[in-house]
Amino acid sequence: MAAAIELQQVDCTFAGKDAASPSYTAVQGVSLTVADGEFVSVVGPTGCGKSTLLNVAAGLLAPSRGAVHIFGEPLQGLNRRAGYMFQTESLMPWRSARDNVLAGLQFRGMALDQAHSLADDWLRRVGLGGFGDRYPHQMSGGMRKRVSLAQTLILDPDIILMDEPFSALDIQTRQLMENELLALWQSRKKAVLFITHDLDEAIALSDRVVILSAGPASRPIGEFAIDLPRPRDVAEVKMTPEFARLHRAIWEVLRDEVLKGYQQQLQKIA
Amino acid sequence: MTDSSLAHRTPLPRWQRQLRLRLWQLGLLLAVLLFWYVMTKPGLIPPMMFDNERQAAFFFGEPGQVAQRIWAWFVTDADIYRHLRVTLPETVLAFGIGAASGLAGGLWLALSPTTSLVLEPYIKAFNAMPRIILAPIFGVWFGLGMGSKVALGVTLVFFVVFFNVYQGVKEVSPVVLANARMLGASGRQLLRYVYLPSATSWVFSSLHTSVGLAFVGAVVGEYLGSSQGVGYLILQAEGSFDINTVMAGIVVLTLFALLLDSLVGRVERHLMKWQPQAGETQKL
Repeated sequence: MAAAIELQQVDCTFAGKDAASPSYTAVQGVSLTVADGEFVSVVGPTGCGKSTLLNVAAGLLAPSRGAVHIFGEPLQGLNRRAGYMFQTESLMPWRSARDNVLAGLQFRGMALDQAHSLADDWLRRVGLGGFGDRYPHQMSGGMRKRVSLAQTLILDPDIILMDEPFSALDIQTRQLMENELLALWQSRKKAVLFITHDLDEAIALSDRVVILSAGPASRPIGEFAIDLPRPRDVAEVKMTPEFARLHRAIWEVLRDEVLKGYQQQLQKIA
Repeated sequence: MTDSSLAHRTPLPRWQRQLRLRLWQLGLLLAVLLFWYVMTKPGLIPPMMFDNERQAAFFFGEPGQVAQRIWAWFVTDADIYRHLRVTLPETVLAFGIGAASGLAGGLWLALSPTTSLVLEPYIKAFNAMPRIILAPIFGVWFGLGMGSKVALGVTLVFFVVFFNVYQGVKEVSPVVLANARMLGASGRQLLRYVYLPSATSWVFSSLHTSVGLAFVGAVVGEYLGSSQGVGYLILQAEGSFDINTVMAGIVVLTLFALLLDSLVGRVERHLMKWQPQAGETQKL
């Protein structure tokens, strides 16, 4: 069976704004596959082009070179089989939580009362049962993330792309959300491509962790299968010796890249 | 002393604060009217800047006379209605047509970059031009009736709304846009469900300015050539140095402009209820 996402030798080079500023190669020669129902995390130092890869998989960004296949078909335009959860605020501020959740159904032409009941159902599932009438500015960051999660999952996408979705949350809310995400994923296994800079989060959630080198021209430099038993509790799994062993092994590879990325940032400032 | 005691007092309930604010506003109005009355009433105080005691009233009018004039217009003579029936429709038409075409034009140009690049210098020129100078030409094109006044008002209103909508569409959050696209929105749906609502706050800020400009179009048009309308009324009064009537006309026009503005504000509050109010603490 064809992989849900398959990137083959993908390069992404951004043109400079003018002749003086040089073009920037974010990622180079990236090959990455995510099988159907597999949870894959990509970790790497800041500015290594993780989001670029996700945008390529979503079809929001065309790669400069290389091929993208979604369930065996070459990707053209937007990836219609994928749901995307953004890192920053992506809710429509003029719509209530319910109307945000049902937006995708509305765009697909579903009758509004049917979409309403489905949206309420999903709001309950992410723990926001009574909050359907609230506008985004009336909710906390954690609640807005839950609305985003419901908004993405209500469409039942075959692929879920997540760009550091919980990075702006405090640590407790974050663990709650991670557990909820795992529970939802456990019940209907979808292909997930999860971007994060947090190694703990990557190991706790994933089947596989891919490590990206420091930018520019990042590429995968390591890959670890996470064979921790499921279902997992994000907080508890971090206490196990197996987790510590994996963490140490992956950090060995990641550490040099993080230091490299840090040095480059310092040089950029200087 | 009152200041420091104010700071420590528990805040008043909302309606009391509102009442206090209104009383201050009313007090200010009364003070201005009183000042006007005292300075212009013949014989009340000795003339300071003028040769005799009637000249202040001649140049600035008298509040009592102005009020009488307005009362006569609306009640005893009831002869302003035929003028209002001209000026108000001119204003409302100019406002409606200008705002609608500005909205459409702004959306269109913001969403098709090529067209906007081609038209850019011409739009800049039209905007920079003092468009009041078009009034005589409109008089020739549309006659001395309502048409020329509406046309003048439209040219004034259009650009204000147009530039605000253009800006509003440009400021749509790229993440919200990308999110809506990933959720499957078509181009038409993006326009209706993302660009339009996102631009509404900009549209409304421009509509408040436009109300005044629509009146400017109508009244200036009437100054330049007409046989009825409030602008015509004011011009006639000015011709016979009847400052009280000029002042009365100004007051009437201002009141109607306020009325139209409050209607816009009401629609705005209804449509913009998703926006956070200043100081609102509803976060959970």
